[in-house]
Amino acid sequence: MEVVDIARWQFGIITAYHFLFVPITIGLSALIAVFETLWLVKKDEAWLRLTKFFGKLFLINFAIGVVTGIVQEFQFGMNWSDYSRFVGDVFGAPLAIEGLLAFFLESTFLGLWIFGWDKLPRALHAGCMWLVHIGTLASAYFILAANSWMQHPVGHTYNAETGRAELTDFGAVMFNKVQLVAFPHVVTACYMTAGAFVLGVCAFLYLRNRRAADAAEAAAERAGEAVTVTAAGTVAGAGTDTLDGTGTGADEGAKGGTAVGVAESRRRDAELYRKGLRLGAVITLIAGLAVAITGDLQGKVMTEVQPMKMAAAEGLYETSDKCAPFSILTLGTPDGKEEKFAITVPCLLSFLGTGSFDGTVEGINPLREKYEKEYGTDPGAAYYTVDDYVPVIPIAYWSFRFMMGLGVAAAVLAGALLWLTRRGRAPTSRWWSVLALGTPVMVVFASTAGWIFTEMGRQPWVVYGLMTTENAVSPGVSLTEAWISLIALVSIYAVLAVVEIGLLVRYVKKGAEPFAEPPNPGKDTDTDDDAPLAFAY
Amino acid sequence: MELTTVWFILIAVLWVGYFVLEGFDFGVGMLLPVLGRNETERRVMINTIGPVWDGNEVWLLVAGGATFAAFPEWYATLFSGFYLPLLLILLALIVRGVAFEYRHQRPEAFWKRRWDIAIIVGSFVPAVLWGVAFANIVAGVPIDADKEYVGDLFTLLNPFGLLGGLTTLLLFATHGAMFVALKTDGEIRHRARALAIRLGLASALAAVVFLLWTQAKTGSFASGVAFTLAALALLGGIAVALRGREGWAFTGTFFAIGLAVAGLFLALFPDVMPSSLDPAWSLTTTSAAATTYTLKIMTWVAAIFTPVVLGYQAWSYWVFRKRISTDHIPVDDHAEVAGTA
Ligand code: HDD
Ligand code: HEM
Ligand code: HEM
Repeated sequence: MEVVDIARWQFGIITAYHFLFVPITIGLSALIAVFETLWLVKKDEAWLRLTKFFGKLFLINFAIGVVTGIVQEFQFGMNWSDYSRFVGDVFGAPLAIEGLLAFFLESTFLGLWIFGWDKLPRALHAGCMWLVHIGTLASAYFILAANSWMQHPVGHTYNAETGRAELTDFGAVMFNKVQLVAFPHVVTACYMTAGAFVLGVCAFLYLRNRRAADAAEAAAERAGEAVTVTAAGTVAGAGTDTLDGTGTGADEGAKGGTAVGVAESRRRDAELYRKGLRLGAVITLIAGLAVAITGDLQGKVMTEVQPMKMAAAEGLYETSDKCAPFSILTLGTPDGKEEKFAITVPCLLSFLGTGSFDGTVEGINPLREKYEKEYGTDPGAAYYTVDDYVPVIPIAYWSFRFMMGLGVAAAVLAGALLWLTRRGRAPTSRWWSVLALGTPVMVVFASTAGWIFTEMGRQPWVVYGLMTTENAVSPGVSLTEAWISLIALVSIYAVLAVVEIGLLVRYVKKGAEPFAEPPNPGKDTDTDDDAPLAFAY
Repeated sequence: MELTTVWFILIAVLWVGYFVLEGFDFGVGMLLPVLGRNETERRVMINTIGPVWDGNEVWLLVAGGATFAAFPEWYATLFSGFYLPLLLILLALIVRGVAFEYRHQRPEAFWKRRWDIAIIVGSFVPAVLWGVAFANIVAGVPIDADKEYVGDLFTLLNPFGLLGGLTTLLLFATHGAMFVALKTDGEIRHRARALAIRLGLASALAAVVFLLWTQAKTGSFASGVAFTLAALALLGGIAVALRGREGWAFTGTFFAIGLAVAGLFLALFPDVMPSSLDPAWSLTTTSAAATTYTLKIMTWVAAIFTPVVLGYQAWSYWVFRKRISTDHIPVDDHAEVAGTA
């Protein structure tokens, strides 16, 4: 392996990892802000419980999003210094602006939100989470503008004297047509992820609480109505034990006092999660539809600006003049030059790529010839020469299908869950909670597949038509250094993944805390300076 | 003024902001085992920086991004050249950042102990390495005609670089102790103040030697003024700390660090990364810069948004202005989980 290979593996792994957490941060910050606002408006304590519960899961996720982002900021300079020299004049600006506009906003107001329960008036406190969400959107906008420029470099000239791309039109970079479709696609994917996250967690807890309620009711019936408090304690204990022992029997014992009380409080919790799961399912469905629509728009822009990517995504070897078929399964020769076997839907690809069932979609082979003419014979036209213009076809092909397939599957599951819980109905099968827990995982990996497609489909270019990945790498970095960095980062990320999943599972199992009236600064007149903090690390 | 000079100043300001702010949270992290004698005291310390450390760290991210945008060559040479030290800093910042959020998620002693180590090491490593890096940048490193760094890790670990590391280490520790004294109450406050004074004297010694050495190597009149003021601020801070004026004492270390970093940038100007091989190969504010068009756009954005950012960051410090004592630390809300786990 050469430095460039290691650097590519590192960039791919580290960035895909970062983007496991990013969609949850972006989507969930919006949902939490909505929950908290609903609590303020409707005064229904269920919303506050959801705010706090998902707030906790959010923070566990956010911590890793932040620290993996720090690596991103410096990775361009470390491993891709020739790239940085070449594009810095164009690419640096959105990155710097992202920091100034977005990261300060996110981090400062999240700090205020976490520690501010007893310091800020309630409306302002909810406002902090809204600002965090706005920060995440700004962050996504600027970083995607940078990425879209790599997909479709606009608003610049190549300066032969300095040997770099120089910015000539900042507006063109900010409103790049690739950016205008990528941003809505990514953001709706983030909302879909958060919807699926809420759906999965709530479906799991819903079933758990219903079962506990049923068990406690049955126990109450067996013991008769007149159970004493001590007996109820053991009943409650038994009830939670069947649920692998992490439930909170304590507060229920205190509140209800009887098995009937336990059953009631479990029922109430089940209602809470039912609300959450239906809301999550609705969001997953709506956002899922929006993702598909924006994805379709993206396909059209992509066919126009990077026809090779679309051809590779479809395993379309020869140009199709009209009515290009959409491939369900295409197998080609290993060198990617010829089609062997295909199952297709007639004309669908033409529609996806051009918006008309009659549109022409170019194939891999003619495109390759075209590129060889454009860049190969006249290196002066481009910054560097290359020898092959075709991305790895199976990866482009399958990542595209995984993205769509996982997304559609998740949306179908969400729809099914809505149907099954319609008008008070309730599925009791364990399978439902397992499947529901799988939906967020599916949606998160749909995003990963989308990125792998977008980024690997662009190869061999790092900046489309201007610079190849091979020429982007740092010339001064040694093989040893590159290996050390790859191994160190991947190891630490692996450990963090284990720790984070452990914590998420722990807190999901624990469920939402019982309702407690939070402090109301500005309204409470008797604020006590020596009272313990409402929240402390 | 040339736009390239404006951006040199702005980047210096970002690094100054980074070191005066994250400097104290590095200090608090490093002193965790020294000042925090028991679990509650350690929690007091962590909570003094809890709401603000991430915002402080963003100063670094913006400094990095702004360098990329305004001086792409500087960004490329510096971060690909100082590869391993930067990697170490990143690893440290990763474990430290996660530790703040994860430490309180479980009650068991083994869990807290591990995250404590992450906080301590994660604060210690960057505190030293940033000093090493900046000392070397100012003194000059081997850069060839292609603007590539041609040294290795050990090139950086020269006596001057190491003294730079020792200086930032001691300064940040002092700054952190001053911060704890300012933000806490009770026994820990007095302990922090006493320690800050002792650490302050040690850091004054290191800083004076280091700054004199820098001045002798590459100093200008302006950097000499900044260094002198930095030393005065530090000594003044220690003097008022002796009288128990914690606010002023913290202001003293704040200015000491800020002026020292400003002085380093003044000593650097108009180079951004001097070459020790041939002055003609040095990266300068003009040879490393982006185009005027890019700099103009960035200047507009910075002029509009920097005041806004400063405004709300200052407000967040105001919201969390109250001192914290062991009485304010709520009992561990995971105790019941501990029972069943
Ligand atoms: C579409 C969204 C998106 C994409 C493509 C990326 N990020 Fe990201 N990033 C975010 C969305 C985001 C975020 C939602 O804003 C995060 C996630 C967790 C967080 O704190 O903010 C974040 C955090 C985050 C941080 C830490 C901010 C802090 O300390 O608060 C940095 C430095 C970066 N990112 C940098 C990058 C770079 C250089 C990327 C490209 C290679 C990148 N991110 C891809
Ligand atoms: C967060 C979502 C992203 C993911 C999951 C992602 C994923 C990937 C992957 C898998 C590669 C490897 C492709 C290959 O080597 O064949 C890659 C390459 C690259 N990406 Fe992205 N990317 C993301 C966002 C970005 C953004 C926002 C930028 C720039 C602003 C960017 C810049 C690059 C660069 C410079 C490379 C070149 C290195 C290479 O080709 O391996 N990526 N990315
Ligand atoms: C169901 C129909 C979908 C279609 C037609 C679609 C279409 C596309 C296309 C054409 C691209 C590549 C754009 C380019 O390289 O220029 C893309 C990228 C991407 N997709 Fe999808 N997609 C769909 C579903 C999803 C789902 C369900 C998710 C995740 C929840 C998702 C997440 C992404 C991401 C993160 C990217 C990379 C970023 C980008 O280039 O915008 N997509 N999608």
